[in-house]
Amino acid sequence: MPEADPILSMRRISKSFPGVHALDKVDFALQRGEVRALMGENGAGKSTLIKVMTGVEERDEGRIFLDGREIDPHSPHEAQELGISTVYQEVNLIPTLTVAENIFLGRQPTSMGSLDWKKMNSSAVAALDRLNLELNVKRLLSDYSLAVQQMVAIARAVDVSAKMLILDEPTSSLSVEEVEQLFAVMRMLKAEGLGIVFVTHFLDQVFDISDTITVLRGGQLVGNFVTASTTRVQLIATMMGKELKELERGPARVASPDAPGAESLIEIKGLARKGSIEPFDLRLNKGEVLGLAGLLGAGRTEIANLLFGIDKAEQGNVSIEGEETNISSPRKAIAEGFALCPEDRKSAGIIGDLSIRENIFLALQASKGWFRLISRKTQQEIAERYITMLSISTPDADKKIKELSGGNQQKAIVARWLALHPRFLILDEPTRGIDVGAKMEIQNLILSLSREGISILFISSELSEVVRCSQRVAVLRDHVKIGEMSGDQIDESAIMHYIAEGAR
Amino acid sequence: MKASKFKRFMSQGNVGKLMWSVLALALLLVFNALFTPVIFNMKIMDGHLFGSLIDILNRATPVMLMGIGMTLVIATGGIDISVGSVSAVSGSFTTVLLVVYGLPLAYCIVVGLAVATFLGFWNGFLVARVGVQPIVATLIMLALARGIATLFAGGQTILFSNRAYEFIANGFLFGLPFPITIVAVVFVGTALLTRKTALGLFVESVGCNPVASRYSGINVRSIKWAVYVFTAFCAGMAGLINTSNIKVADVTRSGEGLELDAILAVVIGGTSLDGGKFSLAGTIIGALVMQTLTTTILTRGMPVEFTRVIKALVVVLIILIQSESFRKRMRNLVWRKAHEVAS
Repeated sequence: MPEADPILSMRRISKSFPGVHALDKVDFALQRGEVRALMGENGAGKSTLIKVMTGVEERDEGRIFLDGREIDPHSPHEAQELGISTVYQEVNLIPTLTVAENIFLGRQPTSMGSLDWKKMNSSAVAALDRLNLELNVKRLLSDYSLAVQQMVAIARAVDVSAKMLILDEPTSSLSVEEVEQLFAVMRMLKAEGLGIVFVTHFLDQVFDISDTITVLRGGQLVGNFVTASTTRVQLIATMMGKELKELERGPARVASPDAPGAESLIEIKGLARKGSIEPFDLRLNKGEVLGLAGLLGAGRTEIANLLFGIDKAEQGNVSIEGEETNISSPRKAIAEGFALCPEDRKSAGIIGDLSIRENIFLALQASKGWFRLISRKTQQEIAERYITMLSISTPDADKKIKELSGGNQQKAIVARWLALHPRFLILDEPTRGIDVGAKMEIQNLILSLSREGISILFISSELSEVVRCSQRVAVLRDHVKIGEMSGDQIDESAIMHYIAEGAR
Repeated sequence: MKASKFKRFMSQGNVGKLMWSVLALALLLVFNALFTPVIFNMKIMDGHLFGSLIDILNRATPVMLMGIGMTLVIATGGIDISVGSVSAVSGSFTTVLLVVYGLPLAYCIVVGLAVATFLGFWNGFLVARVGVQPIVATLIMLALARGIATLFAGGQTILFSNRAYEFIANGFLFGLPFPITIVAVVFVGTALLTRKTALGLFVESVGCNPVASRYSGINVRSIKWAVYVFTAFCAGMAGLINTSNIKVADVTRSGEGLELDAILAVVIGGTSLDGGKFSLAGTIIGALVMQTLTTTILTRGMPVEFTRVIKALVVVLIILIQSESFRKRMRNLVWRKAHEVAS
């Protein structure tokens, strides 16, 4: 469709990596005052397109025009000077500097050759004010939660005289209110004439905020939509390139909870740690999926960390099959047959520079000790088995794991644990930041693992998937476990009411 | 079969970096072939091989030993700047026990190495257990170990005359200087220990992402601790070679500044200071590059004072060439120039 005077126009962009056509003659345009959602499954080429836009990757062919002038950015810095600002999915700031320093890093105001701290701090306050955010700008960034850090990153990006803003999954770690806050800012920036490229996996958000939608699949442009005249089904079908029947059907929930003969695996009594979770009781049966629901920061991850020995409990006890057990470190937890896929995939999950194979057999090796190295042949077999089983898309097992897309990284981490044949698997936001298809695969995996007898603690911000997968749900609010529901009681609105009204 | 093995070998990542250090060494040798071919002269006397190349190999051995340990420390994301001082400790203890107390040499060597190793144990304790930053912990040791070495020798430079002790640095085995055998044994031993067990993987994993390693059940603390102990042991052996070489325990000077050479050898060898993947072979080549450079400068008759400056420049050059982003930038620059000329 011919568009009048776009801010950014990319024509026939191609880019390949060894073995992969990441982008194949993709056209992309962004208008003034438009929020354009960029969607697609893992490996669709979204990230690559963004990287070409911002000069992180060099394109193989194609031309880029900004305000009608051809540009050729070779670094994010160059792109930013041209007016293309970006906020990445994973916060890209420096935790050990102050909030103000982070906002002005590389362009600090100076007076008479030295840093003008006063001006920097007051400008930082102003920049944050634009986002309705009130922080102590002199405090270290690491003092604030991941969500706030994300907002600081956005403040940094919009503060530069930007023509367009790229938001690469900015909402993955934000709570509902924070997302609303972000949307308010986006609407304001839009009214100022800024063009915004919005990458997200949350369908609701796309329909909330975007004006237009571009969908990529397998490195190709498969559709441009006007949001107002598009249905969800249409969009998902385009993204997945298939009919939606399988998606709508969804997996059937397994046996009802507390079915006669249900054996208890883990019994938690009064477990607590100051500042992270108030005393709570919890029981988990063999082969049961227990969902943890609650808003961001309600204490879900804190429970996972206590159970896996990352944090030490200050009171209470945990019994496994009736025997009281002291889990004081991840090593001990693993020895008990526990496994944890952590929330922060990049900093606590993957070992980026090691290969997929090494990442997969790492925990198994660690449990066997350092002396008896698993033979190369067995390593390869294990890796290949799980690559096939979880359909991790990679040319071979020796690729560095950091070169995989987020969803595939997540699957590799799950594989690392499955190789150990755990009896209790903790999944902390396993579907965060990954596409619809991979989400479905992981949900189905959870159910099939539970059928094999593995108990699962499933943590997710997406209520719909908690409801879909769990046989029981524990609801948390403000570091307190406020209730439990099971079987047919479980539905999204009931959980939300619970959280909102806080029935005790 | 062979082709796939080769491909796998190349894809291990550190091979590409190894190539650059080999290239640097080759360039240095070519330079010598053109300008100071005398360096390649070699002759056999009494069944022993003599010549500048053998000298280079021999003189590089203390740095190679320290470098082997340092490679593992750096791979875990740490650094050990105390190796020079720690090497003086083993020299000091061994020599004083031998000369002043008249104890049997074997006993003196064991004690010397044990004391040095214990200092590494302390470094490891501070880093892995207490959580002190590696550079701070080992900076403390840099001063402390030198102090211990000097105190134990009573502030004296101690001469000795003991044929067995002198053999360590000056003897020959298989027609080659004995230290080369020591390095060969330590190198092969370390390579087997890291690659035929899971230790190498754990070291790389810890260096790359300590948090994720801990969550995967690796005993991060023990791994970190162990590499400092091992490095101090290596430094202890290097100290024995240094002392044996000059037949004097010069406690105030012995091993001084060698930590820098060891760290540079590791870096030239392609192991990143950020930790993660490491290459022991690269470190050996890195140590050879450093020593060849020194010998070249001296053979060309330049004053000794120049060595450090030239070393610094060459090292910067090598490290820049190794950096992928630098090469990319250079390519872009060249490409753009060509583009401008064309249009």
